[in-house]
Amino acid sequence: MNGVHELGGVDSDLGPIPIDPDEPLFFDEWEKRIFGTTLAVAYAGLLNFDEFRFGIERMPAWKYLAARYYEKWAATLETNMIEKGVFTADELEARVAEIRSGG
Amino acid sequence: MAAKKAVKVEAYEEEVSLRVRAMEALLTEKGIIDTEGVDEIVEFFQTKIGPQNGAKVVARAWTDPDYKEWLLKDGTAAIASLGKEFVGLQGEHMKVVANTPEVHHLITCTLCSCYPWPTLGLPPMYFKSPPYRARCVKEPRAVLKEFGVELPEDTEIRVWDSNSELRYLVIPMRPEGTEGMSEEKLAGLVSRDSMLGTALVTVD
Repeated sequence: MNGVHELGGVDSDLGPIPIDPDEPLFFDEWEKRIFGTTLAVAYAGLLNFDEFRFGIERMPAWKYLAARYYEKWAATLETNMIEKGVFTADELEARVAEIRSGG
Repeated sequence: MAAKKAVKVEAYEEEVSLRVRAMEALLTEKGIIDTEGVDEIVEFFQTKIGPQNGAKVVARAWTDPDYKEWLLKDGTAAIASLGKEFVGLQGEHMKVVANTPEVHHLITCTLCSCYPWPTLGLPPMYFKSPPYRARCVKEPRAVLKEFGVELPEDTEIRVWDSNSELRYLVIPMRPEGTEGMSEEKLAGLVSRDSMLGTALVTVD
C-alpha cells in the first residue's frame, strides 16, 4: 500500500524547504519530553524502530503532512502504547483532561 | 484573521504538549520510564553527539589517505575505530561517499528522516521536511541552488536515499589553502550541511 510518507519524487507543491542555520535542536519543552520519553520506552524494550516508524506511517495523510516533526513522535508513541496495552485510550484521555483542568 | 489563526495554532500546540505530558506521566507511574532517565537522554543528545563527530571523521580522511580508503570501503568499521561515541543508535551501518570535482553526493531520506545520529546528531528541519524529501531525488540541482550551492553543469550529482538500516556520510572536498592545517583545525571547517551535500566547505 502506498502511504503519504513515500515522498520521493512527489511533485505536489509541498511548500518551501525550511532552511534555517540558527534553528534550535528542540523548539519547545514538549519536544524534548517526547524525544526523551520515546527513547526511554525503546530502551525499556517496549518499542522498536520499525514499530516506531510504522506508527508514523499510519497517521492520516492530512495530519502527517501538517504535523511538526515531534508531533509524529507523539502520535506513534500513543498508537503503539495503546496497541500494546501499556495504557488504554480512556486512561490517556482521562489523564489529559486531568492535566488540562490543572491536575 | 491572522490573530484568530495564531490563537488556533497555539491551542493546537497546547493540545500536543498536554498529550505528551499525560503519556510521560502514565509511563512513569507504570514504572516503565523515570523522569531522570528522560532528562539524561535529552541532555546526552544536546551535548554529547552532533556534527562535531562527523567533522573529525572528515578531517581524518583529509589527512590520512589510508584511513580514507578504509572509510570508503567499510565506513562502519572505520568510523567506529575513532571511539565509542562514534557508534550507537541510528548509526549501526554507515556508508561513506566522497565528493570529487566530477561527482557531488547529496543525502536524503524519502520515506522518513533516517540520519546518522552518532556522527551528525539529530537532523535539521529541512532534512525532515516533505519538500526536501520529495525533491532531492527529482531535481537535486534546484534543491542545491536553494542552499546556495551551484555546481558546474558537468558535475554529476548522486543522490543517496537513506533507510532504516543504512545511513550515509559525505566527505566534502577539502578546500584549497588548507595545506599544512592541523586535523583539529580542519575539523573546525567542516559543517553539518557539507556532510549531507547541501553545502561546500570553504575557508573564510
